[in-house]
Amino acid sequence: MSANSDPKACAEFQAQLPELLGSGLDLANHPHLSGCPLCQALLSDLETIAEAARQLLAPVAEPPDQLWEQIESALREQESGTAE
Amino acid sequence: MATTEFPDDPPPATPDRSEPALAAAVPAESVSAPGTDEVLLRAQGGDHHAFAELYARHKRRIFSLCLRMVGNSAEAEDLTQEAFLQLHRKIATFRGDSAFSTWLHRLTINVVLMQLRRKGLQLISLDEVMDPGGPEDGPGRTFGAADLTLSGTIDRLTLEHAVADLPTGYRLIFLLHDVEGYEHNEIATMLDCSVGNSKSQLHKARLRLREILRRPAAEEAQP
Repeated sequence: MSANSDPKACAEFQAQLPELLGSGLDLANHPHLSGCPLCQALLSDLETIAEAARQLLAPVAEPPDQLWEQIESALREQESGTAE
Repeated sequence: MATTEFPDDPPPATPDRSEPALAAAVPAESVSAPGTDEVLLRAQGGDHHAFAELYARHKRRIFSLCLRMVGNSAEAEDLTQEAFLQLHRKIATFRGDSAFSTWLHRLTINVVLMQLRRKGLQLISLDEVMDPGGPEDGPGRTFGAADLTLSGTIDRLTLEHAVADLPTGYRLIFLLHDVEGYEHNEIATMLDCSVGNSKSQLHKARLRLREILRRPAAEEAQP
């Protein structure tokens, strides 16, 4: 394991991670990462999770058929309420 | 800290990142250029059948969004209903500055956020409320942790269960950013928090997900 994988260096890098990731910077050449397998693994996992979310969590759930009937009924109530 | 009311109307137009997912879920005509959709125009004019058509086109996406955000089917139905009732009341105010789907999407998010706030989620103090046990109890930093890397083959069901296991606040920001594609500045506006807070909460959400997703592998490794 490289000298980079010491808890202090990792703590420092990981404390900066939210900002680094949130800024959309390319971290491939970050000096800490090149010698730290732990933080490389962490970053790889976080990227995998974000990518999986983008690809896998498209809308898939179908509302029950009766929901439209409920909405129609509520709309009728709404309209009759405003008409009175 | 005082909370600020969420705007009653959806925020101003932003680029429509929801379109690719929408395109896969509904007929192509619903992603036509804003302002040119005849069904939309008829619905704006009070045509009930046109409104029913809009519901048919968007119900899946809106219901899925609600379901993911609250993690409960009955509540998601109520929220979907409320979103479409609000849509009915406000549809005439849609001016076509953004894609209709984006506008409806943000209207729905506002409906969900208002509901979550009514239930006591204080979206202002994200760090305090969304990190119930404080920093020591959160996902925490991972330096020194055993090297158990995710395989890179996460399946949808596993990820959905993991997301459902997230605390509400984490789930909210993760869905808004990583699934719905909002930028941190947009999330900060929607949730009335700082951009830094949004970044921090998203990071914690991903860390928590990593923890959840690695759990089965770690448990199997036990003698």
